[in-house]
Amino acid sequence: MDFTRFFSDLYTARFALLEGIGMTLIISGIAIVLGTLLGIGVALSLVYGGRVQRFIVRTFLEYVRGTPVFVLILACYYLLSTVIQLTPFQAGLIALTVFCSSHVGENLRGALLALPKGQTEAAKAIGLTFPQTFAYVLAPQALRQALPAWINTAAELVKASTLLAVIGVVELMLTTRQIIALKPRPLEFYFLAGLVYFLICFSIERLGRAVERRIALPS
Amino acid sequence: MGYQLNFAPVWRDFDLLLSGLALGIGMAIVSVLLVGNLIGLVAAFAMTSKHPVLRRVAGIYVTTIRNLPIYFLMLVAFFVLPQQLGVRIDKVHAFVGTLSIYAGAYLTEVYRGALLALPKGLREAGLAIGMTEGQTRIWVIVPVMLRNALPALSNNFISLFKDTSVAAAIAVPELTFYARQINNNTFRVIEVWSVCSLMYVAACYLIAAGLRLAERRLAIPH
Amino acid sequence: MSQPVLEIPVLEILGLHKKFKEIEVLKGVDLSMATGDVVSIIGSSGSGKTTMLRCVNLLEDFQQGSIRIDGEEIGYTAAPERRRRKESEIARQRSMTGMVFQQFNLFPHMTALGNVTLGLLKVKKLPKAEATAIAEKWLERVGMAERRNHFPGQLSGGQQQRVAIARAIAMNPKVMLFDEVTSALDPELVNEVLNVIKSLAADGMTMLLVTHEMKFAYEVSRRVVFMNQGRIEEQGAPEQVFRNPQSTRLAEFLKNAKF
Repeated sequence: MDFTRFFSDLYTARFALLEGIGMTLIISGIAIVLGTLLGIGVALSLVYGGRVQRFIVRTFLEYVRGTPVFVLILACYYLLSTVIQLTPFQAGLIALTVFCSSHVGENLRGALLALPKGQTEAAKAIGLTFPQTFAYVLAPQALRQALPAWINTAAELVKASTLLAVIGVVELMLTTRQIIALKPRPLEFYFLAGLVYFLICFSIERLGRAVERRIALPS
Repeated sequence: MGYQLNFAPVWRDFDLLLSGLALGIGMAIVSVLLVGNLIGLVAAFAMTSKHPVLRRVAGIYVTTIRNLPIYFLMLVAFFVLPQQLGVRIDKVHAFVGTLSIYAGAYLTEVYRGALLALPKGLREAGLAIGMTEGQTRIWVIVPVMLRNALPALSNNFISLFKDTSVAAAIAVPELTFYARQINNNTFRVIEVWSVCSLMYVAACYLIAAGLRLAERRLAIPH
Repeated sequence: MSQPVLEIPVLEILGLHKKFKEIEVLKGVDLSMATGDVVSIIGSSGSGKTTMLRCVNLLEDFQQGSIRIDGEEIGYTAAPERRRRKESEIARQRSMTGMVFQQFNLFPHMTALGNVTLGLLKVKKLPKAEATAIAEKWLERVGMAERRNHFPGQLSGGQQQRVAIARAIAMNPKVMLFDEVTSALDPELVNEVLNVIKSLAADGMTMLLVTHEMKFAYEVSRRVVFMNQGRIEEQGAPEQVFRNPQSTRLAEFLKNAKF
């Protein structure tokens, strides 16, 4: 390994790398936000919805959860780019959002169902309406419970973003391959990419635990 | 322009899809159930041992792998390592090796959790009748721990089985690879991808049902 | 002229000191037991009685002192060397004692019979038929022969503890160690276990018991030892210790224990 040459190659490639990292973070970030919102909707339908609604959502959920994220990405890409002319970025974003929502939905549903029935009863007893009960009593507790799993989903999403390289989204993996094509130092650049992914995921985990501690109820 | 659903091109090559699914399941079994479990057990004992070096090494292994994408690890195993070491490596072997190491990290956490949940007295009871640490581990700790870990093991196995789809990216002939091939040859996008995902969903469902059955069979009567 | 034969005590504890982190838990304990002795150790929590018991089968290590079973140094080689023995040796030494735990600690994945035969098969390396015969004999002795094929999850606490006793005694130990074996039991199940222990004592089994059951200790023991803050404060015949305590702390303890 020739360090000085590598660092000069690295310097030349700095913008491409930063763009790649940026793309990874952006697409993961948007997918997490949209996916969480959608996931909340999924959880609410499953816990409070009517029979038909629950059946439809449950069917979609099982379908999405049983499908590997790579297949979701490829399917979205091929389906949507031929039918509606979506760019790889858009198709990939949709796939990741759907993937995220399935995990968030399932986790939140579990968290809501794990709340003792007595909580709703106590809230009713003091006269709270259902929206109030949900906002002030149920949601805060369910969200605390679901936080670790949500952090995990966020990290999984960043890892899944690597698969977007296959459909041509220029995130870090694809960028790395493009750089290596021009400056053949596969070991160094892959090591760098690995380091970046590790740092991102590790930070998500650490941040998550810090937030957990912050919002934890005193015991 | 209307899109007429036509499943025929997909059914014609259904045997390819099925063989791909079989390969995926086979790779999952070898990587996860065989090698991954072994790595997980060894590393879990290492992480809970008295020797700080063992704990450190196992801890680094688990933390590193769990924070890296499988796609990344696969590319490193298939493209970078052979080049650096100067060997040619078969893609299926490369993937199985990668998935094994990947699975091992996740299974370590499963087993470590199961180990820590065991009552302390269990090991002591084994020692008290004169068994060595090793004997106690084999005859008492591991059997109880495995049963406790079964639900988490099942979940992880299904998740890792889905990860076998990533192998398609290096042209391993598994289900996703063939689906993509059929897609590119026939452009029956809706048909091929709905069949492909349905096959995964069905496989996961069957595996889950099978594992639940195994759980019940192995459960200790109470 | 023949020399009188000196009987070696089956268990001899000399100058036992143990520190846990920086706290000294055992501050020099001396105890001697002959074959057939039944010795009960009483005292409040934190007195070190359980720790001392667990030192005898090396479930706890100790920094100073020696423990000998039938003259053999347990756990460490003799002073001044004092090296910890090899794991395989320690395992063998452990099979010279039998321990019954407060939490029973039966192996949940094996039947009652399986629990009792495991040591016979893997440690004593007996053939299956012989191991099974011995196990069944002891299960019969503790009154659990009918449930030999039941799993611990299917047994009550008292039944589990009786199987635990059979498991320990089937190994033919020189000393049986009982660590507060009825403390985790529902009151109505305590007697079935105490009765088994009493009958084993009557058969001449050498026993060292840590117990809270004062009446039981009074009835079954040949000697009672009162421990306080890591030391043996008083010991003697049950009559002596319970009816006529010499030390004030013992008197205090007995008063609180309502004996």
